[in-house]
Order: sequence, then structure tokens, then C-alpha cells
Amino acid sequence: MKIYVCVKQVPDTSGKVAVNEDGTLNRASMDTITNPDDLNAMEAALQLKDATGCKVIAVSMGPPPAEGMLRQLIAMGADEAILISGREFGGSDTFATSQIIAAAINHVGLDEEDIVFCGRQAIDGDTAQVGPQIADKLEIPQVTYVADIKKDGKDVVVKRMLEDGYMTIKVKTPCLLTCIKELNTPRYMSVSGIMECYSKPLTILDFDALKDEPLIELDTIGLKGSPTNIYKSFTPPQKGVGVMLEGDGKETAEALAATLAAKHII
Amino acid sequence: MDFALSKEHQLLRQMYRDFAETEVKPLAQEVDEEERFPAETVEKMAKLGMLGIYFPKEYGGAGADVLSYVMAVEELSKVCGTTGVIVSAHTSLCCAPIFENGTEEQKKKYLPKLCKGEWIGAFGLTEPGAGTDAQGQQTTAVLDESGENWILNGSKIFITNAGFANVFVIFAVTGVVEKRGRKIKEISAFIVERTDKGFSVGKHEKKMGIRGSSTCELIMEDCVIPKDRLLGKQGKGFNIAMATLDGGRIGIAAQALGIGEGAVNEVIKYTQERVQFGKRISQFQNTQFQIADMHTRMQAAQFLVYSAADKKQKHVPYSMDAAMAKLFAAEAASDVTRRAVQLFGGYGYTREYPVERMMRDAKITEIYEGTSEVQRMVIAAGLGVK
Repeated sequence: MKIYVCVKQVPDTSGKVAVNEDGTLNRASMDTITNPDDLNAMEAALQLKDATGCKVIAVSMGPPPAEGMLRQLIAMGADEAILISGREFGGSDTFATSQIIAAAINHVGLDEEDIVFCGRQAIDGDTAQVGPQIADKLEIPQVTYVADIKKDGKDVVVKRMLEDGYMTIKVKTPCLLTCIKELNTPRYMSVSGIMECYSKPLTILDFDALKDEPLIELDTIGLKGSPTNIYKSFTPPQKGVGVMLEGDGKETAEALAATLAAKHII
Repeated sequence: MDFALSKEHQLLRQMYRDFAETEVKPLAQEVDEEERFPAETVEKMAKLGMLGIYFPKEYGGAGADVLSYVMAVEELSKVCGTTGVIVSAHTSLCCAPIFENGTEEQKKKYLPKLCKGEWIGAFGLTEPGAGTDAQGQQTTAVLDESGENWILNGSKIFITNAGFANVFVIFAVTGVVEKRGRKIKEISAFIVERTDKGFSVGKHEKKMGIRGSSTCELIMEDCVIPKDRLLGKQGKGFNIAMATLDGGRIGIAAQALGIGEGAVNEVIKYTQERVQFGKRISQFQNTQFQIADMHTRMQAAQFLVYSAADKKQKHVPYSMDAAMAKLFAAEAASDVTRRAVQLFGGYGYTREYPVERMMRDAKITEIYEGTSEVQRMVIAAGLGVK
């Protein structure tokens, strides 16, 4: 049994967000972190590894520096990592990205008991599309917003969080699960994990390695092949600080009316 | 000569810092005010391999190096001096002497549990009448009639981790020998377990700083331990103690380094928030010059500490380096934390901010594991100055 955990290196939005003149994110000037939900996915995989001894493989598509992030995931406990990296893949949107990642997983091999874990969504694009699209490309069942996972023989029983409750779903492997932060608290890297992380296998899959994969359509990858075009992106203007009115209904209604009257709105 | 950290060391620092900020910092004030040993933090550190960082994997360690250990104590101490010294005393004063002097059986018995944090370690040398002057030892160990057990009698004071430790490296007088025509006490080292008959932990000291660290008295009343608990050769206790303290000083130097650096971090943050006379106080040249001096002192301390750690790792003599690192880092930490309180003004004197705690915590680093005066004696002797 293997678990693939799909991870993305994203700009650290808790720091300064830099935007280029053309409206795209200036990623080079921002610190990078592992996408937070992906760390929950990794933790879920590592808990299954602790329980069953299965193999955990971290998979990411990105530029060469993403290797640093993958080494950190190995230091947390992943057995190996795959970095999908090539100029031909650059600028891919979610449609292209999921196709390439699915091809990479297929290339390495998806067996009957395997599971693919993804984070719910990335904090840079916030689309939550890549996980479901990978499942679609691989033609395996998927469950999104997973908040609890139990392995039961060849089945996986998961709790799917909804706004007003949850669903308990039994799903056959191989399958894909997207994880939410409520699922767990990601572990730290360990000292021995760090000492070993640079000697564990990290495979780089470039365009040549994947171009003949049946899941890849060469005209729908990369910036040119991506159906999504960004028309404009911008930083929304800061809103002024609001005023909280406290007290009972009548009191706050009167205060509100007085404020509106003072501003000549009513 | 390479001052750059390896990729592994950079990741370790990132992990230690992340852990310290998330798990240790939120407890630091409570641990200090309530004099509470942070057992939950110790358990978390154990899981991450932080209680046996530089020992080989075959003995349960994490297989890293001395610098990796020093950086852990440094990062922990930036936010909590108590947590820093728990790791330092456990590693340098208990795991290290067992690793360096123990028989294979002793190493196999004690190190895996110590490195995995199932057991906590401590070191018992100091006595009411014997601090720096180890020859003043009153604790005795004699073989019983069967010749199979040692019987220890005496007491130790100011023992770090004592209240929570399971394993103690204890020094005791095992006879009198003649050396260069003078009669001197023969000192030997022993491994004593908390559950040994006749062993007990006494009074808990109330301290000025590192208040969450458990500092207690140890009492041995006809304490019986098997013969094979002798650590190293009989009569070699003094050498073991001195060598252990050389290593321990690097740990305490790292603690001092962390406390000082932590204070600089707090000062940089606060002075850029606090406004007086219509300006952030960081805009005043006095503040800028103070911070520049504070950071420079801590940076110099870091070089001395890392250099001593590197020498220990490479098994080249490092007694003098450890003494210089501890002397400089401890005095720098005391100076920097005192200045930090001054820059915070009235707020710095209150417990609302952490700098007064850092100032109290820094002071002990000039005292324990050899006072600053002792470090100067070691350095002068190393230079051949008589």
C-alpha cells in the first residue's frame, strides 16, 4: 500500500504580498511555505503509515527550489518524494496541473490499495480544483473535505464535513481524499528525520519522463495549453475600520439612526 | 573555514524555532510564575528526538551533532530559559557522561530510555560544602561486605531536573590516595536510579530565575546500588566530573546565548511599537546604538559557542573554548537583558513583558556549571599563566 500526498509550495501570505505591475503575484520576492492544508494531508498519511507501515510519497509540481519543501516533508516522515519540474509545465492552470500530476502518479504506479491525499485547497489560488481533477483523470473515486479517516480492509471510511453536518462515506481504494485543517495537527519535523532527509530518494520527473504518458495531452499543458486566462488581478482597497454598536436592539437602532442622520444619509 | 550552516542545520533551526514559538513560548510566563516544570513540553521534545540529539542511533539518539544540540538549547532559551536548561542538564550532564564513560551494558541500559525521554537525567556533584572545590566532597561510597554493592551516604544540593529525573550521575568519595606526597580524596562516579533503596529527593529550591526548572536536594542514606553502577574506573570520578562540566558549559553557554538573543528580539519588536515624543522609540539614536551593541555582543557569543561545539564534535581539546564561550555568553546575556529592561522602561520592570524574566534567567548562567570566575581560572590555566 502506498499513499501519494500532493503538496504545493505557496507564497507565505502571512507576510507581505507582492504583486507585479501586470497584476500577477511576485512569487520570487515572497517567502514560501508548504500549503497549510497539504500539511494536514501529509499528517493524515503519516498517521496511516504509523498504523499500517505503508509507504508515503510526497508529490509536487513546481520549480527546482520546491525540492527544499519536499525534503522537509521527508523530515516529517515521508519515505520519498517526487518533484515534477520542467519549463514545459510552467504556467499550468488547475486543469493542466491535475493532468500532469495524475500522469506522474500513473507513471510511478497506482495500485489497488493506494490512496492519494490532497489538501482541500491552496492559499494562493484558493480554487480547490486540483484534487478533484486528479481523481477524475485517474478515474478513481474521490471524497472532498475529509475530517476523519479510518482504513477498513480495502475500504476507507471517511467523514466528509459539510456546513451543517457531516456525511460518513465508505469508499473503495484506490481513491483520492482532500483534507481539511480540522482533520489533525501536522507534526513537526524530527531531529533524526532532518538528519536523514537529504539521503532519502527524491525523483525529478521532467517533461521527457512524462511526455509519453497516456494521461498527458501535449496541447493542454503549460501556460499555452491552459484554458484559464487571468484577465486582471489586484489588491482590493483597504476598508476603513468599522464601528461596533453594543447594547440592546432599541439602543443600537437609535445609535445607528443617529449616526446615519449625522452623515446626512437619512 | 566555513561559517555557513549546512542544509540540515538550517532545517533543524527552523524546526526548533517553530517548536519554541508554538509550544514553549506560550507557557514561559506561567512556568516562571508558578515554578512549574513543563512536563508536557518535555514529552513533546522527546517525541521529536530533542532529548538525545547528538548520540548515535544505536543508543536511541537522533544521530545529529553537538552543534545541532547547541542550536536546540539556544532556540528554546530564546523564549524560555527553564526549558533550555532542562535539555542542557539532561543531555550534557547525564547522557554525555554515561555515553563517554559507561560500559556497553550501562550504555545499552540507560541511553535509549534517556534519549527517548522515557527517563530524565540529572547530575549530582555539588554539596553544601563542595561547589567549585570538588575536593570538599563529603558523600561516601563503600563496598558492602559481600563486595557486590556500593553503599552511598551523603547529600547533594542545587541539582537541576532532580524532582523529575529517574537517573542521576552521582559523585562520591571512595577512599584516600596519595598523590605527589599529599593525601587526597579518591572520587568515583556512579549511576543512581530514583527508585534505589535509601535514595530520596529533598527540598525544592525557590530561585530568582529559571524558576520552572526543578532544583532540589538529593539525600542518600545507606543507599544501596549494585557494583556494576560504578561509572568509569574507580578513582576517576574527578576527571569524569571535569570533562562532563566542560561539555555542560557549552550547553549553558548556548542557554545564555539564547536568553540574550531572545531579549534582543523583544527589544527590536517593542521599540518599533512604543511611541514617545511623537516618534517610535526605535527612531532615537540611543535605541539604535544600544540594539546594535546588544546584537553584536550576542553574535560574538554565538561564534564562540558554535566554535566550542565544533571542537567537541571533532574531538579536539575544547576545555578552554567551552570556558570562553560560557564566560562571554553568560556575561553578554546578563548585560543585554539588563539593557533590554532599561529600553522597555517601566513596562520592562513588570511581568506584562518577558524581559524582566529574561534578566532573572540570565543571571544563573554566570553562576552554575562553574562561575565566571572559574571560567577565567580555566582560561588562564589554558594559557599557561601561573
